[in-house]
Amino acid sequence: MSKTDTSRTYKEKARAAIEKKASLGEDIDISKFTSEDENPTYQDDPSKLPARAKTQMLDAGVMLDDPSQRSGTYIQMDNTPVHSSVSQDGVEVMPVGQAMEKYDWMPDYWWNAVAVDQDKYTANIELNRYSGYFIRALPGQKTVFPVQACLYLAKDQLVQNVHNIIIAEENSEMHIITGCTTASREETGLHLGVSEFYIKKGAKVTFTMIHSWSPEIAVRPRSGVIIEDGGLFMSNYLLMKPVHTLQMNPLARCIGENATARFNSVLVTGEGSSLDVGSRVMLDAEGARTEIISRAITTGGVIIARGYIEGNAPEVKGHLECRGLILGERGIIHAIPELKGNLAGIDLSHEAAVGKIAEEEVEYLMARGLTREEATATIVRGFLRVDIEGLPPMLADELRRAVEASEKEVM
Amino acid sequence: MLKIKDLSVAVEDKVIIHDVNLTIKNGETHVLFGPNGAGKSTLLMAIMGFPKYRITKGSISFKGKDITNLSVDERARMGIGMSFQRPPVVRGVKTQDMVAACLQGRGDGDTISQLAEKADLNDFLERDINYGFSGGEVKRSELMQLLAQRPELTLLDEPESGVDLVNIALIGELMNDLLEKNCPIQQRKCMGLIITHTGHILDYVNARTGYVMCDGTIGCVGDPHEMLATIREKGYEECIKCYLGRLPLYE
Ligand SMILES: Nc1ncnc2c1ncn2[C@@H]1O[C@H](COP(=O)(O)OP(=O)(O)O)[C@@H](O)[C@H]1O
Ligand SMILES: [Mg+2]
Repeated sequence: MSKTDTSRTYKEKARAAIEKKASLGEDIDISKFTSEDENPTYQDDPSKLPARAKTQMLDAGVMLDDPSQRSGTYIQMDNTPVHSSVSQDGVEVMPVGQAMEKYDWMPDYWWNAVAVDQDKYTANIELNRYSGYFIRALPGQKTVFPVQACLYLAKDQLVQNVHNIIIAEENSEMHIITGCTTASREETGLHLGVSEFYIKKGAKVTFTMIHSWSPEIAVRPRSGVIIEDGGLFMSNYLLMKPVHTLQMNPLARCIGENATARFNSVLVTGEGSSLDVGSRVMLDAEGARTEIISRAITTGGVIIARGYIEGNAPEVKGHLECRGLILGERGIIHAIPELKGNLAGIDLSHEAAVGKIAEEEVEYLMARGLTREEATATIVRGFLRVDIEGLPPMLADELRRAVEASEKEVM
Repeated sequence: MLKIKDLSVAVEDKVIIHDVNLTIKNGETHVLFGPNGAGKSTLLMAIMGFPKYRITKGSISFKGKDITNLSVDERARMGIGMSFQRPPVVRGVKTQDMVAACLQGRGDGDTISQLAEKADLNDFLERDINYGFSGGEVKRSELMQLLAQRPELTLLDEPESGVDLVNIALIGELMNDLLEKNCPIQQRKCMGLIITHTGHILDYVNARTGYVMCDGTIGCVGDPHEMLATIREKGYEECIKCYLGRLPLYE
């Protein structure tokens, strides 16, 4: 099929799904938002962006003043790419539209890991003004420094439509940091983001996403991951600041033997915020593995923490760990771990725990000389510390800094 | 000096400890014997200041200051430290974080690894505190934390229980270090109160004063080695019979 034909088919499917409510999360009236932005201008040198925007971006892990720590950068403001660059061989970073023109094979990766008619949000992206990044690691290329991408919401009442394609060719290795943030704490906005990941044979991708939204923003990411033989996909998701409503439930399919998917999520939120965040993994090939770990802290808002592992092949192994901490009187955490085994010889397990900080633990630390506040902070810090295997030290440091910042948010 | 006067302690409205009197002078280590359920741990928890262990009568003073109404952390910072019989697991808080907390800014990363070396817990520093630790590992970790804290008064709740023979000598060594048993007597400042059910630890740590506790009261004071001999020979029942009918002890 030609590009034009496939595109026509997707538009039709999207039109048919434009009223289709998502199966999870509060329904959002997209008509209240506009897709037309103010056509922000392209910046060759991203360090020339306004200082305030740069600070917001830095909070979300995107460094523009010292690009030596990054192998590439993509910045999107509202629905317009304002910068994209690469500083290392072996990796490609460009707006997705540009990749569409450059490569004939793009349709193979378009709406393939995520269905265009999954719900009204995916449909909306296809039918309206959108942009997104294309990030690709070339075969056998291993990049040390991460590629960074920032999705920045600037205009009030805007719906940001994002469609990202990430491809790790055979035996490549790359790290991606995506920071999502907003210009203002008061304005309303809607962020819709599709991300399709293709992890080829023996490739490794770590994807670190930091959400630093504001209390009036609604967020509906839609991610799909396809992992081939021996491939590894590792997602680290950090929600640091309260957001009005956020629902996402990315789906990773381990279709190749010994493929591995790992999801670590750290969710920190407060009053007035409603989160429904899960991770799903299908273990469809022999020897596939997964580990889903989530930590949730609320000081008043509602968090639904989901996890789903399905074993469909022999010798697969999966573990799910969901832990929630309620600080203060009013928060709600609802952990929903699910396991499904479709044959014998699989090994799936889960553990879930929700509660407030145990007084016995606080007193144990106090008996060592810490004040009640210090003891509580130590326990919260420990709770949020998800040890992530295989993360390069530099990324681990950045993630730790981000977690420490979110810890300040709750204490 | 630790001075406990007429102390009664209640847990959830039930008085468990009755009119206990006990004085430990600087440099001394005392031993508390007693059958299960006698109230030994309750007494230690009350000295440490856990709110669940409510003092209904009497007073505790330490270094000349009345600490009856001080919080746990205030007492810890004054120099009281405790090894727990069954400390909680704190997920996410690593053993080295606990040692660092105990150090309160003294020492550095090397200090922590030296302490771990001493307690044979090198491989445990990165692990969540008490998570999946064996009985002996818990005890050694408790003592390692106390060595970092360096309390003037060390409260040890059954430091030998669940410890195998190979490790008990090491536990004894760590205790002797904590209680300054290697210093000349005149220079010793540190005090200790050790609970032991079996008395095994006396083979490793020297002490001159012992008590037998039963039903929340202290029945007799004496040489701990002699007491232990009686307890071993005749059992706690005989030992208690002997002091039943005697008047409670006052100074
Ligand atoms: N936290 C508690 N809640 C209720 N009862 C307790 C608690 N701690 C101790 N007790 C009761 O107090 C008594 C003494 O217990 P404890 O001090 O643990 O004895 P020991 O350490 O000598 O074995 C027991 O009857 C025990 O059941
Ligand atoms: Mg006890």
